[in-house]
Amino acid sequence: MKILPFLIQGIRIRTEEQVMKTSKLKAELPLHLLILPGLILVIVFSYVPMLGLVMAFQKFVPALGISGSKWIGWDNFKYLIAMPNMGQVIWNTVYIAIMKIIAGIIVPITLAILLNEIIHERFKKLIQTIIYLPHFLSWVILGGILIDILSPNTGIVNQLIKALGFEPIFFLGDNKWFPITVVITDQWKEMGFNTIVYLAAITGINPSLYEAAKLDGASRLRQTWHVTLPGMRPIIILLVTLSLGQVLNAGFDQIFNLYSPVVYESGDIIDTLVYRLGLVDAQYAVATAVGMFKSVISLGLISLSYWLAYRFANYRIF
Amino acid sequence: MISRGQKIFIGVNYVFFIILSVVCLFPLIHILAISFSSSAAATSGLVTFWPVDFTLKSYDYILNKPEFFNSMFISFKRLVLGSAISLVLCLTIAYPLSKETKAFRMRTIYAWIFVFTILFSGGLIPGYMLVRSLGMLDTIWALVIPPAVNVFNVVLMLNFFRALPKELEESAFMDGAGHWTTLWKIYFPLSLPSIATVTLFTMVFHWNSWFDGMIFMNQVSNYPLSTYLQNVITSGSIISTSLTNLNDLKDISDRTAKAAQIFIGTFPILLVYPFLQRFFIKGIVLGSVKE
Repeated sequence: MKILPFLIQGIRIRTEEQVMKTSKLKAELPLHLLILPGLILVIVFSYVPMLGLVMAFQKFVPALGISGSKWIGWDNFKYLIAMPNMGQVIWNTVYIAIMKIIAGIIVPITLAILLNEIIHERFKKLIQTIIYLPHFLSWVILGGILIDILSPNTGIVNQLIKALGFEPIFFLGDNKWFPITVVITDQWKEMGFNTIVYLAAITGINPSLYEAAKLDGASRLRQTWHVTLPGMRPIIILLVTLSLGQVLNAGFDQIFNLYSPVVYESGDIIDTLVYRLGLVDAQYAVATAVGMFKSVISLGLISLSYWLAYRFANYRIF
Repeated sequence: MISRGQKIFIGVNYVFFIILSVVCLFPLIHILAISFSSSAAATSGLVTFWPVDFTLKSYDYILNKPEFFNSMFISFKRLVLGSAISLVLCLTIAYPLSKETKAFRMRTIYAWIFVFTILFSGGLIPGYMLVRSLGMLDTIWALVIPPAVNVFNVVLMLNFFRALPKELEESAFMDGAGHWTTLWKIYFPLSLPSIATVTLFTMVFHWNSWFDGMIFMNQVSNYPLSTYLQNVITSGSIISTSLTNLNDLKDISDRTAKAAQIFIGTFPILLVYPFLQRFFIKGIVLGSVKE
C-alpha cells in the first residue's frame, strides 16, 4: 500500500519528462518548418550537383545519363594531365590570382590609411562615393568600357600614349600585358570597396593611443606606423588568411569578358577552360574533372584558411 | 602646430585622391561622352570628357530595337521575382539559425549544411546539367531559383537578428505569439535596415548577372539585359548589317552604339547607388567584423 504513491509518482515524473520532450519538439517544429524551403533548395541546387561530380569518373554520354554511362576510373584526369596547355592554364590561374591577392591587400590598406588622413568629412565622403562605384557594375559593363578605352587604335589610353611619343600598347591582345591589365583593372573595380573593412578597423582604434603617441612627440608618420598599422593588424591577418582560399580563383567574369584567343597563352584560367571544354565543346566529363580538381583543392585551401583564421584570429563564420 | 612637411603631405594627399577619383570615374564619363557623339568624332579621337557633335542617334537606334526592350523587361522580371523569393528565404533561414542551440537543437547541423555550400560546389557542368534536367532551360526560373539562397546574406541577417534584444522575443512568447508571428510582427519591422541591405545587394546581383542567362537561355529572345549586352559587346559588328539608311552610318557606329548600350545598362545601378551606399557600409562591416 505504501509503495503505490511512490509508483504513481514515478509514473508521473516519467510522463512529465515525456511531455517536456514532446512539447520541446512541438516548440521547435515551427523552426524546422521555417527552414525547410531553404533547406530543400540548397539540397537540390548545391548538394545534388556535388553528386554530379561522379561524372568526372565516367565516360559520360548525355543520352545515357549518370546512371547509364560507363565508369572509367581516373581516365579523364589522365587525359587532362596529358593535355598540352593544362600546366599553362594552372600556372596562369595561380599567377593572376596571387597577384590579385597581393594587390588586393596592399592597395586598399594604403588607401584606407591615406583616406583617414583627410580631414574634410565632405571631401572624404565624395571620394569614397566615387571609388566605391565600380564595385557595383558588372564585368560585362566594365569589360565593354575597357575594350573601348584600351583599344590599340581608337582607345583613349593609347591615344594618350601615342601623344606622349610611345608605341601603342595592345593591353588586351598582348600576352605580356594581359595579366597585368587584369590585375590593375581588378583593382579599379574593387579597391574602393575593399577599403571599407580597413577604414572600419581604423575607426575602431582607441583615440587615446594617438594622444599618448602625440605626447611622446610622434609625428603623423610615426603615429601611422606605431598606432594605426598595429591597430589594423588583426583584420589584416584575418583577411590575408582568408584570401588563401582564393588561390585558384582568378576571376572568371572579368577574364571571360576581356580575353580572346590571342591571349589564351597568358590569360586562359581553369574556369574559362571548364567553360569552353564543357559548354562549348560538350566534353562534359572532362570539364567536370577539371572543375572537380579546382573545387577539391579550393576546399582544402579554404578549410585550412578558416582553421588558421579560427586559430590565430579567433574568427568564426557564424 | 603643423610642420612644413606635414603641410606638403596633406596637399599631396588631396591631389592624389583627386587624381584617383578622376581615374576611377573617367572611363565611365568617356563612354557616356562617346555615346552622345557622332561616329565620325568618336573615330577621329576627338572625344574625351565631353560629347563632340552631340547627337542622340545612337540612343534612338537602340531604343528602337525591340530586342533591347525585351531583354530589359526580362531583367526587371528576374530582379523583382528573384529579390522577393531571396528575401523570404533569407528571413526564414536566418530566423531559426539565429536561435541558441538550447532553443533549437538542430541549429548547428543546419548551419553547417548551409555554410558548406560556400566552401564546396559541384561546379559549372553538374549545375548546368541539373537545371537542364529540371526542364528550366529557357524559363525565368533558371535565373531565379538556383541562386535564391545566398548564404552570405543569411549570415548577415542572422547576425543582425542576434543583435536584437532577447527580451523582445521573450515578451512576444509570453503574450502567446508563436515563432511565425514573432518573425513577421517583431523581427521583420525591426530589421528593415538589414533587409534593405540584403534586398539591394540581391537586386544588384540580379541586374548584373549575365553568365546564367548565357548558359541557361538558348533563345536570344530570353536573354536578360546583361547577357544581351555581353553578347553585343563581345560580338563584332552589330550595326553595319542592320542599318538600311546609309546616312546614319555617319552618326552611329558600333562604337557609339555599344557605348550607348553600356550606359543604359549602367543607368539603373547609378539610380539606386545613393541608397546602396547608405546601407552597404553598415552591411559589410556588420557581416565581416564582429566583436
